[in-house]
Order: sequence, then C-alpha cells, then structure tokens
Amino acid sequence: MPKNINDITYTEKKATRDGFGAGFFEAGEKNPNVIALCADLVGSLKIQPFIDKYPERFIQVGIAEANMIGISAGLSLNGKIPYATTFANFATGRVYDQIRQSVAYSHKNVKICASHAGLTLGEDGATHQILEDIGMMKMLPGFTVINPCDYHQTKAAAIAIAQHDGPVYLRFGRPSWPMFMEDQEFVIGKAIHLAEGADVSIIATGHMVWSSVEAAQALAKEGISVDLINMHTIKPLDEEAIIKSVAKTKCVVTAEEHQRNGGLGDSVAQVLSQHHPAPQEYIAVNDSFGESGKPAQLLEKYGLGVSHIIAAAKKAISRK
Amino acid sequence: MIEIAKLQQIASQVRRDIVRQVGAAKSGHPGGSLGCADLFTVLYFHIMEHQPNFSMSGKGEDMFFLSNGHISPVWYSTLARAGYFEVDELSTFRQLNSRLQGHPATHEGLPGIRVASGSLGQGLSVAIGAALAKKMDGDDKHVFTLMGDGELQEGQIWEAAMFAAHNKVDNLIGIVDWNGQQIDGSNDDVLSLGDLVGKWETFGWKVMQMDGHNMSDMISTINLAKEEKGKGVPTVILMKTVMGQGVDYMMGTHAWHGKAPNEEQIATAMNQLEETLGDYKIS
Repeated sequence: MPKNINDITYTEKKATRDGFGAGFFEAGEKNPNVIALCADLVGSLKIQPFIDKYPERFIQVGIAEANMIGISAGLSLNGKIPYATTFANFATGRVYDQIRQSVAYSHKNVKICASHAGLTLGEDGATHQILEDIGMMKMLPGFTVINPCDYHQTKAAAIAIAQHDGPVYLRFGRPSWPMFMEDQEFVIGKAIHLAEGADVSIIATGHMVWSSVEAAQALAKEGISVDLINMHTIKPLDEEAIIKSVAKTKCVVTAEEHQRNGGLGDSVAQVLSQHHPAPQEYIAVNDSFGESGKPAQLLEKYGLGVSHIIAAAKKAISRK
Repeated sequence: MIEIAKLQQIASQVRRDIVRQVGAAKSGHPGGSLGCADLFTVLYFHIMEHQPNFSMSGKGEDMFFLSNGHISPVWYSTLARAGYFEVDELSTFRQLNSRLQGHPATHEGLPGIRVASGSLGQGLSVAIGAALAKKMDGDDKHVFTLMGDGELQEGQIWEAAMFAAHNKVDNLIGIVDWNGQQIDGSNDDVLSLGDLVGKWETFGWKVMQMDGHNMSDMISTINLAKEEKGKGVPTVILMKTVMGQGVDYMMGTHAWHGKAPNEEQIATAMNQLEETLGDYKIS
C-alpha cells in the first residue's frame, strides 16, 4: 500500500552492499546449492560471514573476472546456483562477452552480483564508477536486471534471486544510504508504489529512490503531489505500474544513477511511447564519465541531486 | 586392433560428414574439424562414459566441452553417430531453424551441447566449473575440454590455467589441437606460442603429448592422463594434428580454416574418405 509521502522516513543508514551480504548469507543457509565466487573483493562484497560458515561453498578466483564467469556457467550445469561477485565495472563491461556467450545465450542460472555501481562509489573515480551497466545487461536476452534502493531491498533481492531460475544482474553500491524499505513484499519484476500522487510520476531506481522521496516531500510543501514508484527491477519492467501511474499524472520523471542512454529512463520511454505518450524528464548522467569526489558532491555536480529532481518534476508538469 | 579398426571406420564417416555438412552449407570450418575427427571418435566411442540420452547436468558421466566452437561439424557428426540425435539432422547444418548452429549452442536444445562456444577462450573456464561441481558432489568422472592452439592467445585461457593449478582441479583434462595454424597463417607468423610445453608446466600443469592421428597413442595417452586424477595437478595433452587430415588438398594449410569446398572438391574428398556407416540423407 502506498504511504503518505511525509510518512516515509528512514531509521538509520547502511550500505546496499551490506544488505547483499546479509541476504546472500540467508540465501546460502536456505539452499545448499548456493555457491559464492569472488574476484579478490571479499571484504567489499560483505560475504565473509558466509565464507566463514561454508568455506567449501566459496571459490576465490583471484583477479580474473572472465574466468569467474566461465566457472560460474560450468558450476550451474548440475544445479549449483553460483553468485559471481565483484565490483560492477568488472562484473559487466570487463566480461560482457563471457556473460553473453557462456551465461545469457547458454541460459545458465548464474547470479552476477555487483557492488560499487554508479557515481556514489565516490573517491575512486571514473575508472570504477560504471554508469553503463544497466544498459549493457538489460540488452542481453533473458537477463533479469535488478537495482535495489536500500539495505532492506538489496537483502530481499539477494534472497529472491536464488529462487528465480535464470541469469540475473543484481546491482548495488558502496555508500551508507538511508534504510526505509523494511516492510516490503519484494517480487522480481513488480514495482513498489511508494506514494500516491496526482501531479507528476517519479519512477526511480537504486539510490535515487531515497533522493526522490526527499524531492517528493519538498514538492508536497509546495502543493505538488508526486506518484512515486520504486522500480527495483529494470528488466522485466513492470509496464502496468508505469502506464497506470502516468495515465493519472500525465507526466513523468525517471531517476537513476546511470547514463541517460540505455538506462531505466529509456526503458520507461519505450513503454510510454507505445502505450501512453507523455512528457518525460530524465535524471541521469548525460553522456559523461564521473570523477573523484564525495558521493553527495558527485550527485550534485552531475545533475542527480534532490534539487535537480525537484526542478525536473516542475518542468515535466509544465510540459503537460 | 579390431577396436582401432572400428574406430578408424567411424572417423572416416565423421570426416565424410564434415565435408558434406560444410559443402552443403557452403560455409563452415572444415580444416580444424577434419584434424580433430580422430580425437572426437576416440573420446565418444572409446574413452568417455556418457549417455546419448542427454542430460544437461552430466551427473555420473564424463563431460566434454568444445572451446574452439568453430569446429562444430566434427562435434555434430560425432554426436549424431553416437546416437545423441538422428544423423539426417546433419543436413540442417547452418540452415535457418536448425539446431545445428554455425557455432555450438544450447539455445535450440541440441542434445550433447552444454554451453555455447565460438567466441574463443571460454571453454577451459566452463570446464573447470563443471569439474569443481563434480568434486563438490563426489562425482568421480572426468571433464574434458578441447582448445585450439591459436585460441591459447586469449588471456582468459591463462586465467583459467592459473586457477586450475592453484585449486588442484585434477579431474580435468585439457586437450590442445596443436596444428600450428590459425586464420591468418601459422601460429609462428601470427603470434608465436613459444615454448608451449614450458608454458603449461610453468603454470603448474602436468603436460603430455600425443599424435592426434594415431588412435593407439591417443587411447594410451588419455588413459594415462585419467590416472592423474587424485594427484592434485590438472593435465593438458598437447595433441599434434594436421589441419584438414584425410582430404589431401586441405592438409597442412590454413587456407581451409573457414572455407567450404565446391561440388568438384567435395567429390574429390568423397573419393578419399570411405563411406563406412552410410551417408546421411540431404533433405
């Protein structure tokens, strides 16, 4: 059930990758076929508790991501459920062909779980701040792409993907971020309607969901009501939720920590152009690489700040 | 000796199937396929414990992965002749709506194929994954994978080589088709493989060599390699072959890596390869 926007608050901050570690541990406890692979980033991926408890179900591949993808495909043949984990840049762009041939085209039940996606990785800079991964992964036939918004949702997603038969890309991040999705029913491909509103739809994914909550709360003070959708699954996309919302509000803002080209915004635009054309504003990085800086500074500089979402919402409304 | 004679008969038919598949499709890769016909015959008709009633999991079976997927015609023929699917289906090779794709794929559900290959360098990693899964499940069977020699120029092969040695993946037998040729010329002209024995040994592998056209040698070498299981070291067999083996005008040259013979050339090849098991029908 959607809430009143002002009733959405956060308890504390934790990183989405911590949520992954917790969810993966639980998935591993429930299902003995769940296996972890990692390319020399165990600490960053928060999977040490699982390794401590189930050392025989962990494979350290070293700094060799291509090999990790191939081994994962081979492991999956007899029912193992490999979670191949590393940073998002090395989990996708670096090994795109290996994923395409050995996993996607070969229909292998491999879960590619990637931390440190997007600008909010921060100080490491553009070499590591991948902003193209959603686009690459959603283009692969049969791939499921999930970008959860907080600790709780990432934990739920890490558990849910073990029960989903098919290749998955699960994308999450490095920084501490507000935790606000404690009571949720997480279903792959089913958007969560966070707040009911009439003037503008905001469809957000990943860290941008909380930023959109803040933007919607500010807009509410100005008398603008936002229909807010937490789009944790980018593929398969919940088209019904998009059409239903935009049919009501007649305009939309999409928000994501990703390139404008090929991200959630383009997926939403595809749906709307076919079923319900409406003005759309993009909150996304516009054909640029990131750089070193603090997460909040980077979001502000690259047009992903709360103030940008507020401005985009007003612009979308003005274009109705 | 009777067994070898029988295997040679099968290999002759496999070679006919290769030339006829590539000829009918007017595309494909006959050179490497012909060069590996003896290996495929030995593996599927003598060495491997496997079920033509195909299961993707391969539990309790020896498993084979083809890393250099472009030599698909030899694999398709061997699988069909071993009973994985009807031999007449070989006539659909590279045609629209066929399960016999240009490069091996699982997408269309062809029995015998467990992972797609064609983009090079990936098969050894996949085979390692399958071998690790066997160890986890207490399955004592082997995993085989064939790689091209040119394919060893891919970096992923050496990621996998390092991993297999470190992790003692000793239920895995890698085989390299060492014909010395690749698309643009000889390995030595394109990018020298250098001391191939030394490279694998330095990476921590047990290295064996065999003559890929001497079936007695292949059987004894592969059986020796199987005995390495349990010793904590992966094994690679460098297999000397002649590209195009069995068809005189294709032998020893990279010219027939990815080129189809014309009608006249097919007829010449057919005269050199005995029909032993009956040709499949071209529909």
